[in-house]
Amino acid sequence: MSEQHFSTPADIPARAGAGLKACHYENILENAPDIGWFEIHAENYMGDGGPPHHALKQIRDRYPISCHGVGLSIGSEQPLDQDHLARLKTVCTRYAPGLFSEHLAWSTHDTGFLNDLLPVPYTEETVSRVAEHIDQVQNYLGRPMLLENPSTYVAFDESDMNEIEFLRQIVERTGCGLLLDVNNVHVSANNQHYSAEGYLDEFPVEVVGEIHLGGHAEDEDDDGAPLLIDAHDREVADLVWSLYENLIARIGPRPTLIEWDNDVPDWQTLFKDVERADAVLRSAAKQHSHAA
Amino acid sequence: MPFCAAPRNSTPMPLKHRQADFAQALLNPDIPVPQGVVDPNGAPAPKRFAVYRNNVTVSLIEAMATAFPVIQKIVGAEFFAAMARDFVRAHPPTSPLLMFYGEAFPDFLRGFTPVAHLAYLPEVAQLELYRRQAYHAADDEPLPDNFLGATAPEDLANLSVVFHPSLRLLEATYPALSLWEWNNASNEANRPALPEHGEAILIARPELTVEMHRLPPGSIQFLTVLAEGAPLGAAAEAGATNPQFDLATCISSLLESRIAISYCLVGAQQ
Repeated sequence: MSEQHFSTPADIPARAGAGLKACHYENILENAPDIGWFEIHAENYMGDGGPPHHALKQIRDRYPISCHGVGLSIGSEQPLDQDHLARLKTVCTRYAPGLFSEHLAWSTHDTGFLNDLLPVPYTEETVSRVAEHIDQVQNYLGRPMLLENPSTYVAFDESDMNEIEFLRQIVERTGCGLLLDVNNVHVSANNQHYSAEGYLDEFPVEVVGEIHLGGHAEDEDDDGAPLLIDAHDREVADLVWSLYENLIARIGPRPTLIEWDNDVPDWQTLFKDVERADAVLRSAAKQHSHAA
Repeated sequence: MPFCAAPRNSTPMPLKHRQADFAQALLNPDIPVPQGVVDPNGAPAPKRFAVYRNNVTVSLIEAMATAFPVIQKIVGAEFFAAMARDFVRAHPPTSPLLMFYGEAFPDFLRGFTPVAHLAYLPEVAQLELYRRQAYHAADDEPLPDNFLGATAPEDLANLSVVFHPSLRLLEATYPALSLWEWNNASNEANRPALPEHGEAILIARPELTVEMHRLPPGSIQFLTVLAEGAPLGAAAEAGATNPQFDLATCISSLLESRIAISYCLVGAQQ
């Protein structure tokens, strides 16, 4: 097998990046846009070869890459899929990503792969299971990972702690970092009837290694109240931008990804959100250097 | 608490049971929403649960539409979505690698009575599946198309060839490749005539583009035996079980498709 090896992971700068989409390969390689980094979905590069690897190798030559898994099912009660872990390691060996992240969610069961990020109840039992899985991932990949806070649409009767408490315990037990998805915060806060600002105030920002921003859709819950859906199919919403701006002003610049996975627009449209995030990061960098 | 509903008092459901119930109800709309799946006030929340049901089913239907664009074109988007819904419920993916999802689709189509009148569909679906497998297969460098020039004619029978990892062969009883081309033609004038007979098809990606070639008679048998590692002499015997087989034609079609990546001479046969 012809595998590319990049010897050192490229550091992901505290700038804005974009989720890498096949329909943008050509544009990126021809026009070399001024962007800090790209993020790949690990699963899209788990084939042995072909055009996706051909393009990614060239892009990795020019930009730092971070790797985001969407199929490991860390929140499963059942054991992690060892074959999938091995495939993740192959992707990480091939491209030496600067960061590796996965979701607080599950997607695999006896019934097969369910292709969604399914929610977990927040209990001691889940903390233990998720922590075991994260230990396993970090040991196997030989690197720390970031765990992403979820978008959720339901709650569970058995939950006996809130999401922040849950995440804090995971960080404490595993030493992993967190990927803070600000759109997910907005979506879950609306859907679970709590304050997004309050959530962010309590979030352990000291271990946040990366931020995600994406677009959401609006639906209705059982009572006809707005239910937000983490759709990644449009621009980042204004309310999410203001949460993000306040957060970055408070904690300083962090690598920030614009996610747009469905109804992917042309590069220029996507790049507008990238530039907007970069502007927020630049102004925070100035403020923080003045303050220092 | 500032941002979360208060803890509830109830017997905690083990995670194992929670996920088993949840997973079963996701793919089966006839199963009621699992107990304990609630809204922030602790009330049952079927509409909220339906978001997950919908996400799983719709995203898999979309994956099928991406994987089988020609089948979708032939039967129409609406019909395809309904058919794919049946398929994803009967054959949910077993792996997170959705790029390879749908292996069971050709067989599913063979047994799906609403498309029984489109008997060529399973073979066109198989062609789309092979194209996708070839697209993602390992890379390797094809030999130049004159690589046989270095071999003396009397040694040819002992020549063994290694093929590109992307090589797939399809012996279709319908003109699957012509049907594929007909449906991908940019305009009516570019549509090929549809032959009355089946087509033997080679699918491979020697470099970055997936290529398809029509094969001469006996070539599938010839290439299949070669691909198993047997020398050219034995492969020619296998090809010759087809009365129209012509060795020279099959060799030149092999060279033209650039599927050989290495070769060697094996010990002369007794």
